[in-house]
Amino acid sequence: MAMLEVKGVSRFFGGLAALTDISFGVEKGDILGLIGPNGAGKTTMFNVVNGFYPPSKGEVYFKQKKISGLKPHQICKMGIARTFQVVKPLQRMSVLDNVIASAFLRVKTRTRAEEIALDTIKFTGLLDDRDVISKGLPLGKRKKLEIARALATQPEMLLLDESFAGLNPAELDESIGIIRRIKERGITIMIIEHHMKVIMAISDKIVVLSYGQKLAEGTPKEIGNNPLVVEAYLGEAESA
Amino acid sequence: MRKALPLIIAGLLAVLPLLGLSSYWMHILILVIMWSVIGMAWNLLGGYCGQVSFGHAAFFGVGAYTAGILYNKAHLSAWWGMPLSIVFVTIVALIIGYICLRLRGPFFALGTLAIGVILRVTAENLTGITEGDLGIMLQERTWIDKTWYFYIVLALAVVTFIAVKMIIESKLGYYFVAIREDQDAAESLGINTTLYKTVALSLSAVFTGLAGAFYMNYMGYIDPKIVFALHDISIVTIMVVMVGGVATYWGPFVGAIIMVFLAEIIRTIPKLGAAHHTFFGILLIVIIIFLPNGIVGDLPKLKKLLRIGKAA
Repeated sequence: MAMLEVKGVSRFFGGLAALTDISFGVEKGDILGLIGPNGAGKTTMFNVVNGFYPPSKGEVYFKQKKISGLKPHQICKMGIARTFQVVKPLQRMSVLDNVIASAFLRVKTRTRAEEIALDTIKFTGLLDDRDVISKGLPLGKRKKLEIARALATQPEMLLLDESFAGLNPAELDESIGIIRRIKERGITIMIIEHHMKVIMAISDKIVVLSYGQKLAEGTPKEIGNNPLVVEAYLGEAESA
Repeated sequence: MRKALPLIIAGLLAVLPLLGLSSYWMHILILVIMWSVIGMAWNLLGGYCGQVSFGHAAFFGVGAYTAGILYNKAHLSAWWGMPLSIVFVTIVALIIGYICLRLRGPFFALGTLAIGVILRVTAENLTGITEGDLGIMLQERTWIDKTWYFYIVLALAVVTFIAVKMIIESKLGYYFVAIREDQDAAESLGINTTLYKTVALSLSAVFTGLAGAFYMNYMGYIDPKIVFALHDISIVTIMVVMVGGVATYWGPFVGAIIMVFLAEIIRTIPKLGAAHHTFFGILLIVIIIFLPNGIVGDLPKLKKLLRIGKAA
């Protein structure tokens, strides 16, 4: 069953087509990798799914229900949580309070919210930093906090926007572990990532965007052998 | 000790009138407590939810006029204004929220500033209802003695303090702070930012309006220039919180003490008395530069500064 279906989505900013007629689906329990050169429209795609930008054309369905046109908070309530590429911690709140704030989505009392939040930060390895004001966190931990906060809303689907960018190799391994464990919990994941090794290793399916168009779609193996992709994406990296 | 602090302070305040203070000192105390209420109310919206309002006189004035018009037109006790102001102020807050809360940051501040002024001009011109610039005067105040006014405003302050504390430690409080810190992040965490900003504004407005209704009863006279004043209400409200400490429980109380006393002291200085706004402005600049979180918010920093001062 397709968890998320993107049907013919276009998004224009004035005369600029950031996305043109994009269609793909994400199966329940899968990890879908969304890749493409800078400016390909990956984050715009997330913003459309998450509700920040309504699509100019086309529709998005989540569990067979139309979500395009809804507000971000409604989409989050339905079960889609996201992280931001440019991390957005609630700066003057502690790590724990950040996660408590998002845990309140599904529970009423502070005690229950705190339980969920503690579980979540344990899961993401932030337990020792729970009382740190998030303004003072190093980047690696801020990225983890983004994931923790999204998870605390108890989503069925998680959108991860470059959760690995800027991490050192040790942090990278740790984060891959976290994502694999999120998948084990049965949460469907859509991920934007530039680390080709990571994306090839964890994705069940990959969608390639380039200049707002869908260039290719397939398993990591198919994508790796697709000449169009190699030219548009990997080829560029080689010449750099 | 820390948990008992609110009880101790409320207790101390409650026995103060028994000391046989002069009418003047009772007046000062009443003003301090009334400003604490307004400060705590503003803090809910401006301090915790991050929506800085320059128009809280709108709610203060609507509260005061609810009491005044009830007395003047319906010939009821102006005290009915306190419960009824809740209804009217909420309606005004919802309208203002609908207009202004789609604006962010400085634009919201400007929007509220404009609304405060609009309400003043409206009150000046709707002479059939408000008596315009003539104002509304109670023919006789309920009590000559100030003791009961003191206990009523103290009760209002205690209720406001408890309400703010309960709100801030609940889901609402977390949502308010989340909106203050990053509205987009809050929205994507499933927080209906428009709804919760409206809730913050309405709660803040109601407590401010209650203070306004109390003011009508206590002072016995209002006119649009007094209760819808930009300088003497809206700006002083912000100063009370800024000086005392933004997003702190005790900040508005400390700020109210300082602002009321400062206004009184400056008033007694010959020739400079009328220039108290100038002094407020200077104070605000000093606070923003040296204690951006206010006296309560920057208490550790303040202690450090004073210790260095002693050593030198």
